Amino acid sequence: MRVVIMGCGRLGSTLARELDHEGHDVTVIDIDSAAFNWLEEDFRGATVIGAGEDVEVQQVAGVPRADIFLALANGDNRNAMAVQVAKHIHRAPRVVARIYDPERAEVYRQLGINVVNPTTILDQMVREAAFASEDPNGATA
Amino acid sequence: MYIIIVGGGKVGRGAARDLIEMGHEVCLVERDANTAWSINNELGEVALLGDGAEIHVQRAAGMNRADVVVACTGRDQANLAVAQTAQTRFNVAKVIARINDPRNERIFQALGFNYTISATTAIVNAIEQEVSAGLTRLTQLRSSAFVLAEHEIPRLAPCVGCTVRDLDLPPHTVLALIIREDDEPEIPGPNSTINAADVIVAVTQPQHESALRTALTGET
Repeated sequence: MRVVIMGCGRLGSTLARELDHEGHDVTVIDIDSAAFNWLEEDFRGATVIGAGEDVEVQQVAGVPRADIFLALANGDNRNAMAVQVAKHIHRAPRVVARIYDPERAEVYRQLGINVVNPTTILDQMVREAAFASEDPNGATA
Repeated sequence: MYIIIVGGGKVGRGAARDLIEMGHEVCLVERDANTAWSINNELGEVALLGDGAEIHVQRAAGMNRADVVVACTGRDQANLAVAQTAQTRFNVAKVIARINDPRNERIFQALGFNYTISATTAIVNAIEQEVSAGLTRLTQLRSSAFVLAEHEIPRLAPCVGCTVRDLDLPPHTVLALIIREDDEPEIPGPNSTINAADVIVAVTQPQHESALRTALTGET
């Protein structure tokens, strides 16, 4: 699969490495060239410096030919705009955006975007970790 | 009307000042404390401190009862986020978005935002018109498929003395008004005469602007 990832932080670089090792064709976009230091030296994919929500940067990164576009930068606004540019202008068949704010995540879901909301996922995991040894029928439930 | 403006830069502040003067109720959302303080100093208690793209801030601003939301920060991704939450979450009837980078006009249009303002595009258009002289685009009409343009008839233009019927106008073009040098403006009919120094106001499409200029001046 041809995958374009916007945002080369911890999450973006981890996914880029994994997908590259699995044999996918990966391109990573980041606004800061230093972010590409997160990638290992044996990373075979491409890197593009620029704002991932920019229609022309996406063109250079090959979004019009991509199967998947993942917006994993830090800002919700940026990620939301980027996936919509990928979807509505470059016709990327599959897009996913990381949106931290649960309420905004809901808005973008209503607009038909695949959203991953780390806040609600972590909320759930922290609860499970914190109460793991408790009796599920106990007072803390 | 209740109008919420997000972004208290020169544009947002200027809009707030005018809208308050016109008698509207205005809330200006600004995330920088110093800027918000300075706005309140000038305009009274209109600024709300916070990130206007955050839904809890929008709720605090009373977006559910807003008639108009204007997204005019310096960042297009924020303006898009404000516009989309205003529409989707708060059902705001009219959302106006500022576009800073003209390359982003496509995505705003693709997402159905027809009320957009792009200063860069407006300035570039103005410069182009000054350079190409003659035809002045007054405004882009709402659908953006049509523009309103004005043109002054040169003294030696071939159409001087002709009637409107004789003009070789491009398709999808109508003359809306003839402003006579020393007379009342006139809504032209087919028999109206074109005189030198008349100013013609026409509705046309951007792709026909140069043909309209040729029809009115003889220049190619």
